[in-house]
Amino acid sequence: MLNRAISGGIIIVDINIKIGGEAGQGIQTIGSVLSRTFVRDGFYVYGNQFYLSRVRGGHNYFHIRMSDHPIYALDEKIDILVALDNQTIPEHIEEVKEGFVLADESIVGDNVNENIVSVPFTEIAKDISGKKLFSNTVAVGAVFGLLCYDLATLNRFLSETFKGKGDEVVEKNIKAAQAGYDYVKNGKFEGVCNYNLNPQPTNRRILINGNDSVGVGALAAGVQFLSAYPMTPSTGVMTRVAAHADDFNAVVEQAEDEIAAINMAIGASFAGVRAMTTTSGGGFCLMTEGLGLSGITETPVVIFLGQRPGPATGLPTMTEQGDLNFVLHAAQGEFPRCVLAPRTAKDAFNQTRRAFDIAEKYQVPVLILSDQHLADGLFTYERFDTSGLKINRHLLEDRAVSSDYQRYAITESGISPRAIPGQNGALVVADSDEHNEEGHIDQTTDNRIRMNEKRLRKVDGLTDEMQMPAIHGIDGADISLIGWGSTYGPLAEAVDILNRDEVSINLIHFSDIYPFSHDTFSLLDGLNTTICVENNATGQFARLLRAELGFEVSKKILRYDGLPFTPQSVIRELEGMGVI
Amino acid sequence: MVTMDDYKDGETEWCPGCGNFKILEAVKRSLVDLGKEPHEVLMVSGIGQSGKLPHYLKCNTFNSLHGRTLPPAMGAKVANPELTVIAVGGDGDSYGEGGNHFIHAIRRNPDITLIAHDNQIYGLTKGQASPTSEIGMKTKVQTHGVLHTPFNPLAVAISLDCPFVARGFAGDVEHLSSLISQAISHQGFSLVDILQPCVTFNKLNTYKWYRDRVYKMEDNGHDPAKRTAAFEKALEWGDRIPTGVFYKRDSETFESKLDVLKSGPLIAKQYDSAKLDSVFENFS
Repeated sequence: MLNRAISGGIIIVDINIKIGGEAGQGIQTIGSVLSRTFVRDGFYVYGNQFYLSRVRGGHNYFHIRMSDHPIYALDEKIDILVALDNQTIPEHIEEVKEGFVLADESIVGDNVNENIVSVPFTEIAKDISGKKLFSNTVAVGAVFGLLCYDLATLNRFLSETFKGKGDEVVEKNIKAAQAGYDYVKNGKFEGVCNYNLNPQPTNRRILINGNDSVGVGALAAGVQFLSAYPMTPSTGVMTRVAAHADDFNAVVEQAEDEIAAINMAIGASFAGVRAMTTTSGGGFCLMTEGLGLSGITETPVVIFLGQRPGPATGLPTMTEQGDLNFVLHAAQGEFPRCVLAPRTAKDAFNQTRRAFDIAEKYQVPVLILSDQHLADGLFTYERFDTSGLKINRHLLEDRAVSSDYQRYAITESGISPRAIPGQNGALVVADSDEHNEEGHIDQTTDNRIRMNEKRLRKVDGLTDEMQMPAIHGIDGADISLIGWGSTYGPLAEAVDILNRDEVSINLIHFSDIYPFSHDTFSLLDGLNTTICVENNATGQFARLLRAELGFEVSKKILRYDGLPFTPQSVIRELEGMGVI
Repeated sequence: MVTMDDYKDGETEWCPGCGNFKILEAVKRSLVDLGKEPHEVLMVSGIGQSGKLPHYLKCNTFNSLHGRTLPPAMGAKVANPELTVIAVGGDGDSYGEGGNHFIHAIRRNPDITLIAHDNQIYGLTKGQASPTSEIGMKTKVQTHGVLHTPFNPLAVAISLDCPFVARGFAGDVEHLSSLISQAISHQGFSLVDILQPCVTFNKLNTYKWYRDRVYKMEDNGHDPAKRTAAFEKALEWGDRIPTGVFYKRDSETFESKLDVLKSGPLIAKQYDSAKLDSVFENFS
């Protein structure tokens, strides 16, 4: 067990569990049951998964890290490896240094290692229930057996989960878990029990991934129309909103393509509701035309983009921060836009709410730039405080709308008062062509200049709206890591580990990506050695800093193998470049 | 009382003699006949000469992108089903660039009327073939004549069981206006394909060419309730070209199938943040 300082606390418990198997074997179910049980018992879990682009077969894994302190990243060492397929042991045994492997006898094969515990998952399942189906629950029980963990919370969780399937199913699951538990605890590892776990049940905590958090953030923001074409890794947002649409007076429509998706959202927004669309890079390619439509018609729209490695179909289930340049420049012409890149699931909730507010306040498209790492990453939090949430629609009040209403009235802020069609008998005229204050086509040069300048003036207001990057770690450090979006967890933990080893390092982490807040340059200019860390091959954020602020980072750490950073991988890179 | 003057707006930029003038007049007349106030109407258009129509009509307007007429129209209709939503597009717009949306809008069946200005040519880009151009029509691009089979919007719509399918002729405003009125009044997705001469670029399908061929199906006793007969009529093209209502049926619209809209439009709903508590139950 590692003792590590993170966010001021000392981690006593730090256990990493990896479940490997083929798609369709239920590794997600095992991962989910374990993580949720830990969270209910007062532990913090960070989880993530690696999966291939196939419905059945292939080698996938689910990684859970549990701790008694908040954690936001995975660790590279494995304490317990659960092997459900033949590939798990050869692929991951190197990661298991002081831990154990739980595997069915048939899978152990020639892999002889004193840490490998053969547990007849299937046989036990059949003995208990007559069905192979319960072998996943046996595996969960076996993990708890190794941890000498009290099964009370697990049993309650199983009862809740399978209540709908009848008492018999509940009972068999509980028995299967107990049998797996007993087999391990009373077998070869009797007396190991060296994990010192002290469950403290709570009902205040939640386990939520980035996608769900965006979905809940959208509901909290009052989204009423979401149209999207399903695309990994963004689909979870659409699914989450759909699950609660009825309660929140919302409509979720699966569009025929991404072009329709964004255009439908724009139409719904024009007619008066908060609207969003969700996609990934390839789908966003098709949306760029609609992005410009939002830009010139000044129709608010929120676009969620879950990045995955491209180009084209790329690595559909893996992660990358490769679309930053694209979202900054997508669509022809010049118009204001805003890009937010959440750091964590909680930040995703808050940033999504902000995205809707900014979109309506400035009447611009707002992009939420996430990626597979954040989309699927599971975070533990106290329940979000949603009391007193208010929504400001930034719409004209009825009494302020008259019959001579002009949708594109020229204003100093660039923001024209927004009414919706039919409001107080007013007419709203919007046009994708250059238009005059009334909204009608106007190709005169004077009008073009006035309208273009009006729209671009909104950038000033947007800049005021943007937040400064978060600073994590010690002040005035010799080395500053610079990161953005989903890399926050691994980078913050790398800084914590290094600070504990008395390395003078901190993290400057951006969640508001475009435009930059006013004082960003002076913050960066005061730093010593700056190292931009990004999940892409070309250093797109470093380039943005140079282009927007004229700021040049000292060095870059770039990862582009489709996998996220870990704290350890960042530290290795820093050592490799000789800065620490 | 709504009058034609209520809908008057803007100077037009169409060529003298363009079929669009007649379509504009027919649309106005329909809206007046139906007693629709301008603020109750949302016209959504695409790009092309047809796309300008809403600008010459006083009502709510969303002039969108080429081929993208139907998606924003549908989004707006769901947000506020109380709006009378009319989508206006050309043949390139509705059947070429927007072909996929055309198919899926019919499947989805929102209560929207699509008025398709079908002049069998691309006018705004100065005379290239459109999806409905006839085989053999020569243009500066199709130098050997059009090679592809023309798209048949009526047959496609009927095959998809579109609840209202009609064809009008821009040379007969009275008949056209009656078709548009029926289409707007009909629940569900309604298509009015309009034969519209392009006096500048289409030298083949002229007013005279059409006048020699078009006839009204209602005069020949066509029963629009019969889908197979409607399909047969949709295939008729050549010396005789049918106009009128090909097909209509009662349908359940997309909006009417959404429970959330049963108690009023989305724009009128109140937000209740208290419901978030139950959402978080999913994550504990």
